[in-house]
Amino acid sequence: MSGDHLTPVLTGRTLLRANPVSKLFAAVVITLALLASIDWVSAAVVLGCELALMPLLGISVVGLARRIWPLLVAALLGAYGTALLAEKTGGVLLDVGPFLFTEGSVAAGIAVGLRGLALALPGIFILLTTDPTDLADALAQKLHLPHRFVLGALASLRLVGLLVEQWEMLGLARHARGIGSDGSLVARTRNLLGQSFGLIVQAIRRATRLATAMEARGFGGGTRTWARTSTFTALDVGVAGVGLVIAAGATTAAVLAGTWNFILS
Amino acid sequence: MASSTALKGLSPRTGQWRVVDIVVASVIAVAVGVLFFVWSAGYSGISVLTAGFPPLAGLYSGGWLIAGVLGGLIIRKPGAAIYCEVLAAAVSALIGTQWGIGVLISGAIQGAGAELVFLLFLYRRWNLPVALLAGLGAGLALAISENILYNALWSFEFKLLYTVFAGLSGVVIAGLLSWLAMRGLARTGVLSSFAAGRTADV
Amino acid sequence: MTPAQAPSPGAASVSARGWGWRHAGRKAFAARHLDLDLRAGERVLLLGASGAGKSTVLHGLAGLLGSQDEGEQEGALLLDGIRPADARGRAGLVLQDPETQVVLARVGDEVAFAAENLAVPREEIWQRVHRALDDVGLDLPLDHPTTALSGGQKQRLALAAVLAMEPGLLLLDEPTANLDPDGVLEVRDAVVRVLDRTGATLVVVEHRVAVWADVVDRVIVLDAAGGVLADGAPGAVLGQEGTRARLAEAGVWVPGRPPAVGGPVPGGGGEVLLSARDLTVARTKRGPAAVEHLALDVRAGQALSVTGPNGAGKSTAALTLGGLLRPRAGRLEASPELAGAAGTDPFRWRSAQLVQRIGTVFQEPEHQFLTPSVGEELAFGPRRVGGTADPRRTGEIAERLRLTHLLGANPFTLSGGEKRRLSVATMLATAPRILVLDEPTFGQDALTWAELVTLLRELIEDGVAVVSVTHDADFIAALGGATLHVAGGAGRLVSP
Repeated sequence: MSGDHLTPVLTGRTLLRANPVSKLFAAVVITLALLASIDWVSAAVVLGCELALMPLLGISVVGLARRIWPLLVAALLGAYGTALLAEKTGGVLLDVGPFLFTEGSVAAGIAVGLRGLALALPGIFILLTTDPTDLADALAQKLHLPHRFVLGALASLRLVGLLVEQWEMLGLARHARGIGSDGSLVARTRNLLGQSFGLIVQAIRRATRLATAMEARGFGGGTRTWARTSTFTALDVGVAGVGLVIAAGATTAAVLAGTWNFILS
Repeated sequence: MASSTALKGLSPRTGQWRVVDIVVASVIAVAVGVLFFVWSAGYSGISVLTAGFPPLAGLYSGGWLIAGVLGGLIIRKPGAAIYCEVLAAAVSALIGTQWGIGVLISGAIQGAGAELVFLLFLYRRWNLPVALLAGLGAGLALAISENILYNALWSFEFKLLYTVFAGLSGVVIAGLLSWLAMRGLARTGVLSSFAAGRTADV
Repeated sequence: MTPAQAPSPGAASVSARGWGWRHAGRKAFAARHLDLDLRAGERVLLLGASGAGKSTVLHGLAGLLGSQDEGEQEGALLLDGIRPADARGRAGLVLQDPETQVVLARVGDEVAFAAENLAVPREEIWQRVHRALDDVGLDLPLDHPTTALSGGQKQRLALAAVLAMEPGLLLLDEPTANLDPDGVLEVRDAVVRVLDRTGATLVVVEHRVAVWADVVDRVIVLDAAGGVLADGAPGAVLGQEGTRARLAEAGVWVPGRPPAVGGPVPGGGGEVLLSARDLTVARTKRGPAAVEHLALDVRAGQALSVTGPNGAGKSTAALTLGGLLRPRAGRLEASPELAGAAGTDPFRWRSAQLVQRIGTVFQEPEHQFLTPSVGEELAFGPRRVGGTADPRRTGEIAERLRLTHLLGANPFTLSGGEKRRLSVATMLATAPRILVLDEPTFGQDALTWAELVTLLRELIEDGVAVVSVTHDADFIAALGGATLHVAGGAGRLVSP
């Protein structure tokens, strides 16, 4: 539970230079294409493309595996859950007590697992190649989101690591007062809620002071200039284009293969 | 003219956000994101249980919804529930990498569930029943969107079960806990810049 | 374009006419009946008891007090003849806590932030950033992470950040209260350099008068009842016996007048309660070791002060001695007398066993508050230990730490000094043989300081071992005992 992975080291030279908005656009169209249908073909196409683009992240296989293993576990669990709960069609593969798996339900599970993985990876691409300050600049300057909210969110995101540290400090401080991790489940839950309350009190105190500090530096007015310019280059056309191509390709492939399965149908 | 004084001159009733509203809302969202992360670490036994029977995960989902309800109850401005929930979703994406961009969409939908309840009361009522309803709204929004976006292949009775669990969890975890937290926070004095910390009805 | 965004060059003047402010929801005015004129370029030290409204005046001058929904204003407070809220950027405020005023992740962006908010053109922003960093003597790359700075550097960064607005009035609200001695001088010298170049008006609030007495040319003392108690040149105000006495009563550190402390400096100690041999301490399970190969004894009836530069691992060492962190290597052993029925390894004690043996008072009292009232807070420890709290004993402790009138109050609503007293009182409630304190005197006024020292001396006389992490040389001298200097990953023990 260290704060290290909350501020990841940015990698991937090329994508680092791209504007966060173009990366976000590519991720969003791919995500929408995936969300629209649950089928193994569109998921497999997107996943294949994402894996092919992995070298752009400039991170070793081991490093990547260390970062994304929770994602693999989550995909497996999703696949299992659907295989267990989907309509039981086709031949029976396994039938032990309440656990009944059929060909149809397992195929559905595989599709959900692939889709889950394909959905998660664009987030990894953005996380590993985007500086939060650049993202805020781009959201405010290019997408024209309200700058007070964008900068407020940016300033508070910086507190993630500090709050994790504070949580650990609170745990020690409460232990010193006689509340430990020992005790029944009820006592532990009460302690957890008490410690959470303590964290929120500290977070709001911090936030109120931070707001004062920001206002004391003139923050909150209608107009402001930007010390850093967020720009679009040819690279951004490429990033957005690749995103569109992947999304369209996946959808087309699924329709042609006859597996397209619109979620609202 | 830049509106240097406009920010200061606003009544809390007009619904305009002050700087302190924005920063505190943001930090609440971040803190709830961090909390959910450490809670998950503390209850790994439960995640094994929900893995065995996935609809049970609905019972746990209320934890995700605290940011929206708590943010709405404290800030008391239009959009607070949605803003806090979306930002908390972004934090969860930052901390736990198994969620992609889709988590932002989920956050917006869940926040909207709570926001709708606050809107129905015209941003004027902030008592326990409203908090519970907001939790319910968020829980139902979560269940419906998850059922469509992710659990689409489950058979109907399991989707229904998941919805019941998520609604229940929304009422208890997101609604009740947020309301208790709001009341406790008001008593500590940290909410003195907010109507939530000054009014006697808490 | 707006007039507010184009600061006129030069220093700002201030005038207050019967000014007062009451926060919404409060009965009493935070500041009241203030009549004051500051000439452009004056350097003013603002003093007064806690609750006299010093911070409120600074917030008012910075234009941060808000509208009538956030409070009620009396009279007028003007900056260059206009309302401070309409003079955005003319006043720059630096706050007390270095940790809570960093907005952005990189040094350059942090300084640029204020200039951006005032809509300064881009090319000019970066000129201002370089000038401001030069002024405060921060010679760092613009992309240097703000989290990697020391407390003193963070305060200089905060100063640079407001300088980027090119303010005519510099407002400092206890800017050095949370810093170690090196940090204090760092920040003060940076302020002097800035003032010499810009000629801006200065208003600084600080308990420790000696730090600023030579820098300012005027001292103003606010009266807790409203209005001004004394006003004049530093020599005149601080040299007048009547004013000195009243300042000391108000908790201000008056040069040449140390706070009155009861009891003698405690002498040598008794039996060993806790012994460390070849002890290596670390903050986290896998992180780097903070201090290695410590050898020391904690003795009943003796003080042990842990000192050394920021980040040297003092707190980690103290928390380990307090049984809260697992030793990385070596031995930490409780004597049979301290351990009693529990084992000899303090880290393995359950919480309820720990509070009867070692009490640790954290730097931030709020981290240790568990209940909604002071009374319950005092009864909490004894209940954890024995199921009931003896009301006579908790009553005694409340009396001793002057908390009796606050028993029904919510701990979080107390003043800074009261919170500090409560956090010590809650630990005493379970009568531990060892008391560990992390920076107990940080940011405290002279009154709280003297109270704390008197109490700790009494405890030591009663046979309690007091282990404190501190930078405060006066505090170390007042408690006597042994000192552990921690630096560069090693500890050096100076016995009495």
